Amino acid sequence: MTDTLIKTIFGRLGLESFPIHEPILLGTFIVVALLGLSIVGAIAYFRLWGYLWREWFTSVDHKKIGIMYVILGIIMLLRGFADALMMRAQQAIAFGGNEGYLPAHHYDQIFTAHGTIMIFFVAIPLVVGLINYVMPLQIGARDVAFPFLNNLSFWLTAAGAALTMLSLFVGEFARTGWLSYAPLAGLDYSPDTGVDYYLWSLQIAGVGTTLSAINMVATIVKMRAPGMTMMKLPVFCWTALCSNVLAIAIFPALTAAFFLLMMDRYVGTNFFTNDRGGAPMMYWNMVWIWGHPEVYVLVLPAFGIYSEITSTFTGKRLFGYSSMVYATVVITILSYLVWLHHFFTMGAGPAVNSFFGIATMVISIPTGAKIFNWLFTMYRGNIRFELPMMWVVAFMLTFVVGGMTGVLLAIPPADFVLHNSLFLVAHFHNVIIGGVVFGLFAAIVYWFPKAFGFKLDPFWGKVAFWGWVIGYWVAWTPIYVVGLMGTARRVRHFDDPSFQPYFVIAAIGALIILVGILGFVMSIVMGFVKREKLRDTTGDPWDGRTLEWSTTSPPPAYNFAFTPVVHDLDAWYDMKARGYERPASGYRPIHMPKNTSAGVIIAGLSFTLGFGMVWYMWWLAALSFIALMIVAVGHTFNFKRDFYIPADEVARTESKRQRLLGMEA
Amino acid sequence: MTDRALNTQESAITWHHLDQEDHDHGGGATILGFWIYLMSDALIFASLFAMFGVVSTSYAGGPVPRQIFDIPLVALNTALLLASSITFGQAIPHMEAGRLSSTRRWLAVTGLLGAAFVGVELYEFAHLIAEGAGPQRSAFLSAFFTLVGTHGAHVTVGLIWIAVMLVQIGQNGLNGEIKRRIVCLSMFWHFLDIIWIGVFNFVYLYGVIR
Repeated sequence: MTDTLIKTIFGRLGLESFPIHEPILLGTFIVVALLGLSIVGAIAYFRLWGYLWREWFTSVDHKKIGIMYVILGIIMLLRGFADALMMRAQQAIAFGGNEGYLPAHHYDQIFTAHGTIMIFFVAIPLVVGLINYVMPLQIGARDVAFPFLNNLSFWLTAAGAALTMLSLFVGEFARTGWLSYAPLAGLDYSPDTGVDYYLWSLQIAGVGTTLSAINMVATIVKMRAPGMTMMKLPVFCWTALCSNVLAIAIFPALTAAFFLLMMDRYVGTNFFTNDRGGAPMMYWNMVWIWGHPEVYVLVLPAFGIYSEITSTFTGKRLFGYSSMVYATVVITILSYLVWLHHFFTMGAGPAVNSFFGIATMVISIPTGAKIFNWLFTMYRGNIRFELPMMWVVAFMLTFVVGGMTGVLLAIPPADFVLHNSLFLVAHFHNVIIGGVVFGLFAAIVYWFPKAFGFKLDPFWGKVAFWGWVIGYWVAWTPIYVVGLMGTARRVRHFDDPSFQPYFVIAAIGALIILVGILGFVMSIVMGFVKREKLRDTTGDPWDGRTLEWSTTSPPPAYNFAFTPVVHDLDAWYDMKARGYERPASGYRPIHMPKNTSAGVIIAGLSFTLGFGMVWYMWWLAALSFIALMIVAVGHTFNFKRDFYIPADEVARTESKRQRLLGMEA
Repeated sequence: MTDRALNTQESAITWHHLDQEDHDHGGGATILGFWIYLMSDALIFASLFAMFGVVSTSYAGGPVPRQIFDIPLVALNTALLLASSITFGQAIPHMEAGRLSSTRRWLAVTGLLGAAFVGVELYEFAHLIAEGAGPQRSAFLSAFFTLVGTHGAHVTVGLIWIAVMLVQIGQNGLNGEIKRRIVCLSMFWHFLDIIWIGVFNFVYLYGVIR
């Protein structure tokens, strides 16, 4: 009787679900719990909860949502990187008789969590956050098309991240690799909570990402400042547009694949099982129809970032703007036609493999065109080697190598040898670190003064730069080498001791990257400490060329007192060059969206829904789902969603800015 | 920077429309945004159709379409859903003209037809499961139940949405915001009709002739 009652209430959650017998996890838990409690306590002590709730959590301001996305991404980067260090340490010592320090089921969770977190909860939030912050400013808009949806998207992403983090201390995470291939991820082979945590976190976060992508596309298409035709759109916005169109086109495939796997696991259907007619390879197809374009969803905005920075720091208009736009569009389309190169070994036959191999190689043409455009922009330019520009140069040198190993892997016969080897792992870390991560750091250094009104500390920024660049090469070159010699990925223990030196070097490289990460954190801390010295009063600290630099740092809530009229590409450069003067009067009340708590509540209920489903607490899942529907429908009955900032408040804000500019002069 | 500052026409440049209307927050973009959402939803259905296509003959020794599909019943259901699109089409001109009660009446008729559709579908599902042709029997039946059921779940959401709109029309009348929501709802409803035409042909009719 009590047994059934306990089972009804707690599902499969029991005392044994908590990892009290695993010292590594227990230690982590204690540290995280103490850290968390002290942060919660400090916020309460300084009475900041109300402020955070009113000004940030419920905010529909695209700038604040963008900053929250970036903070989420940085926190999850620390988690994902801790996983990386643990793997590197294990592989550096686990040779011959030494089993290393990680048991197999723990090691498998770590490599799964590392990949899942780095893509879904680091790269995506950072990219979406930067687009959120910068894009509306660049197109001269006051917010995005659907401000509430934007808030909801962020909180859904955060709820997914929280569910993944919870799996560290309550139950297990998936042990199936970052895409959880079927049939391994089916109930027969993975009966515990791991894959369910994986599916529910990513489903919840995926809804957020899809909604955000719809929002960004509608914003770019509908809300550009007057005069800004599509061919006067800053390159970063073009890449953001293509990236988000691509996200809308691919996330449904992932949602469907995960949904069908959920059906297999919860209902007992036979989509991806080995028996009763299941077709496991269909899971691979659907997941990679999402997976390959996804890397372009991430890297295209990074290309946009490099374009903006190159143009700004060489003091020249971007070379070949229209070819850059067309190259971006071509990459967007082609990236949808290459997914099968992830499983040439499936046995689809030479005709199919040739098509996908050639389509993959063709992508290097528009990408190569972009590299040449950046080089020609720099050619005879007045290059200022400040930190963002240094990242661009490091990107070009690193990314080209990753691109070339990619073309190598695109050759089907070569892929038969290199499939699932560490060579492949080195390749995609090469393009993702060298392409996406370097771009994100460049962007954070570049736009940080816009968001906070002071630059990051340049010394520690350089420590971060050299740590990452040197660390990357030291960590991944040996992995390329052992991969080429045939070492498989996801291996916990090696028999052949002759490989050990390579893995030791790789572990040293990971430690050098750690220096880079600490340097990055320090550049924020020291930037804050020295903020008076690093203050930007002009709103235009880098002599920028696009509209975000025409407003204050940080921008007022309404972004622009008057919507700018655009006459040329590089609109702000054009305004500066033609003697633009800011109007000092004639302010009008500004129409703005109101904050709302519905996004936080809906995301919180999605979290409890996911938790209930993972642990088979059906009552919790059902209750959460009903509550979620009620809140969502209830929100549609709220028609008071906007307000006006009065004209005299706008005037006060603007005159303060004029005074600051006066001080500068 | 200075070469173009000498431009003699600089006084003629407009940098701002000082008397310009404020940016619309979402209004103009809602229809576009909803269209894009529908396209992403279409891709979910495309994935489910593809899944169905791959396993549509994986019967695993279980029942085949000819044995289990009751075509006259499904044809009746198709007629109900198509009729509901016609009745929704009737509501739109009334809404544009601001005729409150006619709009509500046609919406209500649409909702009733939709509810009948979902009812028949549930009956069909219950019948199949009772016959031993449930979603666990074979990959073909898994894909059948999931594809048809996902469509049915969408129709159910549409029914809730219709109910909400009937209430909101009563509370607020036919203002711009409400009209925009009804237009989005109508796009959603017709979209589900198109998906159903695919289901009826591809799953049911093609299933029984091969």
